[in-house]
Amino acid sequence: MSKPIVATTSLAGCFGCHMSILDIDERILQLIELVDFNKSPVDDIKEFTTMCDIGLIEGGCCNSENVHVLKDFRKNCKILVSVGECAIMGGLPALRNNIPIEECLHEAYLNGPSTKDANPDKILPNNEELPIILDKVYPCHEIVKIDYYLPGCPPRADLIWNALVALVTGDELKLPYEVVKFD
Amino acid sequence: MNDQVKFTIDGKQCTAEKNTNLVEAAKMNGIYIPTLCHLEGVKPAGSCRICNVKINGRFMTACTTLVVDGMVIESNTNEIQELRKIIIETLFVSGNHFCPACEKSGNCELQAMGYKYQMMVPRFPYEFEEKEVDAKTTKLYIDRNRCILCKRCVRSIKSKDGKSIFAIKGRGHKAVINIDHKLANQMTDEEAMHAMETCPVGSILRKERGYVDPIGSRKFDHKPIGSEIEETVTVK
Amino acid sequence: MSSLVQSTIEKYGKDATRLMDIITDIKKELGVLGKGEFTEIADQLGLSSVEVEQTYSFYHFFSTDSRAKYNIYLNDSLVSEMMGRHEIAEAFEKSTGTKFGSISSDGLFSLHNTSCIGMNDQEPAAIINGTIFPRITTYRVRELIQQFRAGKEVEDMVNSFGGGKNQSDLIKSMVTNNLNRRGAVIFSNYEPATTLNKLKDLKPEQVIDEVKNSNLRGRGGAGFPTGLKWDFCTKSPGEVRYLLCNADEGEPGTFKDRVILTEIPHLLFEGMIVGGYAISAKEGILYLRMEYDYLKDYLNAILDDFRKAGWLGKNACGIEGFNYDIRIQMGAGAYVCGEESALIESSEGKRGEPRNRPPFPVQVGYLNKPTVVNNVETLCSVVKIIEKGADWYKAMGTKETAGTKLLSISGDVKYPGVFEIEWGMSIDEMLEMAGATNVKAVQVGGPSGRLIGQNEFHRTICYEDLPTGGAMIVIGEHRKILDVVKNFTDFFIEESCGSCAPCRYLTVILRNKLQKIIDGKGVTKDLDDLVMWGEQMKKANRCGLGQTAANPVLTSIENFRSEYETRIEKGKDFDTKFDLNKAIQNSSRYVGRFPQA
Repeated sequence: MSKPIVATTSLAGCFGCHMSILDIDERILQLIELVDFNKSPVDDIKEFTTMCDIGLIEGGCCNSENVHVLKDFRKNCKILVSVGECAIMGGLPALRNNIPIEECLHEAYLNGPSTKDANPDKILPNNEELPIILDKVYPCHEIVKIDYYLPGCPPRADLIWNALVALVTGDELKLPYEVVKFD
Repeated sequence: MNDQVKFTIDGKQCTAEKNTNLVEAAKMNGIYIPTLCHLEGVKPAGSCRICNVKINGRFMTACTTLVVDGMVIESNTNEIQELRKIIIETLFVSGNHFCPACEKSGNCELQAMGYKYQMMVPRFPYEFEEKEVDAKTTKLYIDRNRCILCKRCVRSIKSKDGKSIFAIKGRGHKAVINIDHKLANQMTDEEAMHAMETCPVGSILRKERGYVDPIGSRKFDHKPIGSEIEETVTVK
Repeated sequence: MSSLVQSTIEKYGKDATRLMDIITDIKKELGVLGKGEFTEIADQLGLSSVEVEQTYSFYHFFSTDSRAKYNIYLNDSLVSEMMGRHEIAEAFEKSTGTKFGSISSDGLFSLHNTSCIGMNDQEPAAIINGTIFPRITTYRVRELIQQFRAGKEVEDMVNSFGGGKNQSDLIKSMVTNNLNRRGAVIFSNYEPATTLNKLKDLKPEQVIDEVKNSNLRGRGGAGFPTGLKWDFCTKSPGEVRYLLCNADEGEPGTFKDRVILTEIPHLLFEGMIVGGYAISAKEGILYLRMEYDYLKDYLNAILDDFRKAGWLGKNACGIEGFNYDIRIQMGAGAYVCGEESALIESSEGKRGEPRNRPPFPVQVGYLNKPTVVNNVETLCSVVKIIEKGADWYKAMGTKETAGTKLLSISGDVKYPGVFEIEWGMSIDEMLEMAGATNVKAVQVGGPSGRLIGQNEFHRTICYEDLPTGGAMIVIGEHRKILDVVKNFTDFFIEESCGSCAPCRYLTVILRNKLQKIIDGKGVTKDLDDLVMWGEQMKKANRCGLGQTAANPVLTSIENFRSEYETRIEKGKDFDTKFDLNKAIQNSSRYVGRFPQA
């Protein structure tokens, strides 16, 4: 029997959630017995090569590329899981959400302490190659349907492990009090 | 004693002194009725609505209800749990609650409610409304992004001559908490610290203080809110 | 210390419970209050500055900036919208050169939206510096603004008087009564003081018994038996009691009290005296909504006449030891103050937030004394009951609902106005009476009531079937139900006091969801969510406002589900309808890029 296939990505996140996946320590050996990985920074596969069973999404959507990747995951994964506060509610990047986008760009590229003198031509990044920033940072479930949520910043390794095992084996998911946290 | 009354909560026999409010009466009997706005010794506000229970088939807030003999109370039914969860989720989306960056994280009662009711994500969309931070007083700052308008501070924190240091401004969803700068500046260090502790969330903060307790040793890291009530009290 | 603040506070005896009046008077002079005034008032009254601001910022007519020479408050109720509010609002913005919510750069005009002002029978209507301008057309807007620019005063622009007492020297208003049907109780022949003359021969208990026997129920909508309420009040411990009359009719679509206050205020004051006598009250207070400020001088003059006639004051009505007077307490724009305990809070100079109960107002009310709060119509009925007897009264109406009811009928009808009917009339008959044809729906009891469709038009108006405070908004076939629901939901968001978490914000969540459906982006789940979330509102909130705030959503989905279903995408359970183009619109423009998304 073939193993379930997992894909992962980090959108507007800090890779902390991926670090937390690695934090399952020696259980990582069990993990590779349980599942195969497809598109993921873990194995550096850049594009989907097959339909996956589980997609783990770290980070919310702050730009057009995030949206494309997220939609691609929805298309190629049977189950999609929002992993971590950023995927669930935008997280720290969403601190900009009540500031007009013009002001954000201004602060970042024209007036910020590190760019004020370094950008004499007042250039705002505008290359066809670059993604376009969204008006605000969106939680993933405000863009596509998300099946499960694993909160935390990052989610505790035990939470990710318990959830993955439950999803793969179909066993009931037990969540001890200490593993579900919002920070 | 004559003024003891008998009542039941979810079928469990309880006794308490007549005219005790239901949140406290339940507590004496080892039952935790969750609440965010209630503060022992302060006139109940009944504003967070989380302590909603069903008494004789009617929804009532426990904090504003005094127990009487023969009262039949439902608290932990699916219907009531769902109602409480919805209120908690409403509070999460109505403010800007960035738990990972909050000084009160781990000690925050709203967050603890999220844990208790296993809120993995609020079912409502986030609005991210802009809220003002007021750092103009010497010892405190007010982060309105996190305020849940429980009015604990409004009701309990007064100046020496009995004036309110905190008050509400505006109404409806535009209502915010307001601080009297002059009176706040007269607060002692202890009073300022007390104000921070009175706030169930991270809205009233003592300046130059935060992230004091490391992760793992905070109030709600290991045990759910209310567990101390349900564990320690043995029923007579 | 400014002399204005000083003298105003002294005028009200440095009494913090008169904060409403103090702010009203100062606001009239200054147009807006700021930190300086809050501190001055606070220091004088022994409050903190934020406590003063707490009351000030609660009320619409306090918190809106009215420093312009002409301050225009345009009604945004549903019926105003139905009668063309949108065009009028545009005309105001165009001719004043300013937007709603702001003051024109020359300082001449400020524009504000405002919740129903009790003129649904003559919409669109606006209040300009306290004067009511009903039946406004775009022509009239241009004319008004031109004349104001030319220096005309507001009073100069009152170019007609409504009928009846609207013509009297102390009112001189363009408001019309539209009293379309007089009935056997409220608007029957009235000989002032007939009942007052009888009073000295009756004991207070006898008055209460007569009212109890009449089966009179409160006319505000909740329908609590009036005699019983009085009885409870007199049985509460304490010597000092109060009678408050609720003339804060804020339910969009109701305007019956306006007509009583204009045409038969003597009857009302008589009722307040009878009620005051029955419960041995120390004082009666008429809580009058700010929208009816134009009636205040007139009403005060009548109270003066009453004092001169000995009906009020020491040994009132010739009854030894009955020392009783009536004062008018102005509101300041808050629908929730129509809730009796919020009305009490407001009368005490505080935010109009409903109290927790128990204790009930009859136990702990105004200034913590036992207090009765009665509707205007209720107190008017009392006078006739004492005059003609409980049996006479009970003979009218239905088995469980005695007497007559004033209906305020507005919307798509030929004859909008006030109708006094016997309880038990069917909606069909009512529509025929008011000249309404091709009716899609009737909003019974205003936004907090029920939206019913044709299949319920056979139902009868009474407590055993369709209870109502009397606001009847008729909605014609050509209207869209979702527009109705949206207007009402916005109203509740605007008027929520904000105390209960679910009322404060779940209303906003409901509105946003509704908007998604109106925008054509709804799916099946959105409809289910509306029902599920709306149901929680009934359970979760403290007062009638919060408990009924989801009624427009819930009753419209119940009775007009097809109007929702035509707007949602069929066969689709879930869709966020995220719009990438819209999300990148601003940033693209700002960096000068035109995406091919």
